[in-house]
Amino acid sequence: MIKVDVNKCLHCGGCVGSCPKNAIFLNDFVLEFNNDCINCGICVKLCPVGALSKE
Amino acid sequence: MAAKYCALGGMDTILIEKKAEIGAPLRCAEGVSKSWLDEVGIKPEATWIRADMKGAIIKSTKGTSYQLDESKAGNEVGYVLERHLFDKALARDAANAGAKIMMRTSCTGIIREDGKIVGIKAKSMGEEIEIRAKVVVAADGYESQVARWAGIDTTLKLSDIDSCIQYRMCNIDVAPDYCEFVIGSCAPGGYIWVFPKGDKVANVGIGVAGHLCTKGADAKYYLDKWIAEDPRFKNGQILEIMGGFVSTCPGLDSAVDDNIVLVGDAARIIDPITGGGICHACRTGMYAGQVLSECNKTGDFSKKALQPYEKRWRDRMEDKLFRNWMAKEKLATLDDDTIDDIIKMISTSDITNVTVYNLLKAIKDKYPKVVEGFEDLI
Repeated sequence: MIKVDVNKCLHCGGCVGSCPKNAIFLNDFVLEFNNDCINCGICVKLCPVGALSKE
Repeated sequence: MAAKYCALGGMDTILIEKKAEIGAPLRCAEGVSKSWLDEVGIKPEATWIRADMKGAIIKSTKGTSYQLDESKAGNEVGYVLERHLFDKALARDAANAGAKIMMRTSCTGIIREDGKIVGIKAKSMGEEIEIRAKVVVAADGYESQVARWAGIDTTLKLSDIDSCIQYRMCNIDVAPDYCEFVIGSCAPGGYIWVFPKGDKVANVGIGVAGHLCTKGADAKYYLDKWIAEDPRFKNGQILEIMGGFVSTCPGLDSAVDDNIVLVGDAARIIDPITGGGICHACRTGMYAGQVLSECNKTGDFSKKALQPYEKRWRDRMEDKLFRNWMAKEKLATLDDDTIDDIIKMISTSDITNVTVYNLLKAIKDKYPKVVEGFEDLI
């Protein structure tokens, strides 16, 4: 599971476009991960402010 | 732009906007050249031009710099925009042409009937709705989800992604009319930019190549480090922080399918070396609108019927995108000493018309290894 630090997230949507499974949706200021997420961690690695982490 | 040209072509056009304000929040460095505006029918307006640039400064991490003036770069030198006003002006033009704009309306899926795309599912002001259409234009930017819901693979390799962060900074001592680009180890696989907006304010940002990001927050780490080491920023304060990603691939194998067209960032059509996407988005939007207007005369929006769109954007941009993608791949492998040597060489060369192409030509003569594999395109 990917954990979002809402205090850091800039809502830039970069993780959405980088997700190889199209498993993330930016709903206004909330990132939603669906069941297609394979916990690959690409979004964690790429996030420009380190707002994402693997639980 | 696609909405404008679809409407101008006589189509019933709906433009949906996910956010509460067109063009905001900002996800852009706001620098553009002037050369393409006329090509897509945009007349410069004082409202969305924040600063008129005299040139650019290209700098190595070690500090060697090359100042490029308008006299040598012509229309390649450009404006720093107020992007939120620029986007609203484009939307206004679309509305004036007859397009209907639906704000706070987010596409959530594709509707298919008998396998054929017949519209989209959306959430509009919180309400689930369906919009039926003969053709869908996916202009959802880097997120590029609409294409993937429609079955077009827009997944990128890590090395074709730049993770970016930008600060709007005030009280900084930077040149007021020169855009600055800093390359080398200060921004692995990408670059740092300083785009002035007047009154000692500038967009100061960085892109770091995805395969060189290690653990998260790399972009912020490298930008903060660079700012801390540059005395021009010692009294600077940050007014705004924004993130955003850029694709740096040479474009997709196909930007169309039956009843769907991808434009701009959603089609991964961005200059891989500069990360510039506004002009490509406007061009592809215009081509899409013009081609769809033609298709509308017969009602055929099949992948085959949409091929003129593919041809137009590829004829106009594909070679350059591929050449700059190769150059970007090579640039990411060069050490600081080599980058420093190249900038020294360029600054002492006699290039009279400075473009990426002419710079690569000069590099080809002195450093053939750097352009190995794509010499034929230079």
